[in-house]
Amino acid sequence: MVGLSADSVAVTFPLYHGESRSLKKSVLATAASRFGEPGRRRLSVEALRDISLSLHTGDRLGLVGANGAGKTTLLRLMAGIYEPAAGRVTTTGKVTALLDPGQGLNMDLTGRENIRLRALFNGCREAQIRQLQEDVAAFTNLGPFLDLPVRSYSAGMIVRLGFAIATAVKPQILLMDEWLLAGDAAFLGQAQQRLETVVRTADILVLSSHDTDIIRRWCNRVIWMDAGKIRADGPPDETLTAYLTAV
Amino acid sequence: MNMIAPHHEDIAAAVPTPTPAVLNVSGAQRWGDAAALAAADLGSSLRLWRLIWTLSLFDIKLRYRGSVLGPFWLTLSTTIMIAAIGFLYARLFNQRIDHYLPFLTVSLILWNFISTVTADGSTCLVQAEGMIRAVRMPHSLHAARVVMRNILVFAHNLIVIAGVLVIFRIWPAASAVTIIPAALLWCMDGFALSLLLGMLGARFRDTPPIVASLMQIAFYLTPVIWNPAMLMHRGIATVLVQLNPFYSMLEIMRGPLLGAQMEPVAWLVACGYSAGLILLAGVVFARARSRIPYWV
Repeated sequence: MVGLSADSVAVTFPLYHGESRSLKKSVLATAASRFGEPGRRRLSVEALRDISLSLHTGDRLGLVGANGAGKTTLLRLMAGIYEPAAGRVTTTGKVTALLDPGQGLNMDLTGRENIRLRALFNGCREAQIRQLQEDVAAFTNLGPFLDLPVRSYSAGMIVRLGFAIATAVKPQILLMDEWLLAGDAAFLGQAQQRLETVVRTADILVLSSHDTDIIRRWCNRVIWMDAGKIRADGPPDETLTAYLTAV
Repeated sequence: MNMIAPHHEDIAAAVPTPTPAVLNVSGAQRWGDAAALAAADLGSSLRLWRLIWTLSLFDIKLRYRGSVLGPFWLTLSTTIMIAAIGFLYARLFNQRIDHYLPFLTVSLILWNFISTVTADGSTCLVQAEGMIRAVRMPHSLHAARVVMRNILVFAHNLIVIAGVLVIFRIWPAASAVTIIPAALLWCMDGFALSLLLGMLGARFRDTPPIVASLMQIAFYLTPVIWNPAMLMHRGIATVLVQLNPFYSMLEIMRGPLLGAQMEPVAWLVACGYSAGLILLAGVVFARARSRIPYWV
């Protein structure tokens, strides 16, 4: 049973000013504070507060909200990249996160080598790696570029490669940030079908976007994030109407 | 097309649905939970050994991509350095060249391993920032990559060691079998050190230069280019050398390679320091692991 649940989760980012990033200064400050000088308080930002939600097979969740409302942080939390400062996150199933176009690509390695690394991370064997390389080559149309360092690619080519690699493995829980939908028209047309297949076959989809039309088309539940909190959670029409009237 | 309802039939044939992995993370972790998650992190690194191997291989390939000799530049540059230093210092320390050069060769190559592991280790998490923030992966993998990469570098330098030992007709003694446990200890220590320095380097950005200058001091204090036999009659100095963790680690590898007898004292000191280091790295990792993505 695939599922994802968060129980009153908080995510806090530490803010390090110049001195607290320095080992030398921190050690000296600790030594100095013994002589009565109070140590500087640590600053932090509460990126997410009191987030509780539960997702099950068939859920297609859209995240809306202003920039800085915590949409991407929430996706990273669901992906298991950030662990909560308070609360509990339980994930059952394989998570694929399409968060940014670079996707941890190594710019100095060739496209083919990057595909190999991603495949190894997913536990693929040699035959599967070759198959994946063929698959990505066919989809991206990068041709000879696949044997050149990713550094030499155009931004669009990087998006294509990142997208093709990430979607080659069928996810159970798919987390997407809106960059995917920001490609050029030709790529979008080509990506559309593959994306739809991936989205369709995923048990759970979480999509963050500013584009309410896309949310309306793909999602059956919408969460409106505001200043790190869930402002509203419900069916798309209801939540989106409330969201659109507020902004 | 109805995009809302999930269709299963089209993937069912291609990929057998794996038993879903359950991941459970919480804030305000108790010790047991933190230790279990840290252990799980180490376990997944171990399962990803193919990835670690390939990453290390690519690291070496990248560094020498486009050069004629490729990674054998390493071998060549080590040879040149040892030849240049060896003859000068043999005169300086008034040592016989057939004793001093093999000693220097083994010492310098082993020290090179230690110093690059500490230098690479203190940046290993910061440099993997892109990977860490793109996908959930074990953090200890990055420390293991440092060790694996430096083992590959060491393997290229083994040619120099073998060459020098053959030229000066030094044959391995019975103690050579202790090289195997010594190498194992080196790997575990290198991993623990990389992980520890990696976390320190992620939290405190001035770690790499501090580590570099400490290692510089350690290089002169440790019998690397000078032989501890030169201190033979100086009493207290010998004790200081024997308590030096770098000396004992060097000695358990260097001794058997140069055909010397096994040294129980060096082994004892080396195991003691290693246990301390591994324990410290384990405790810090259990405590700090969940903070790493926020630091890098």
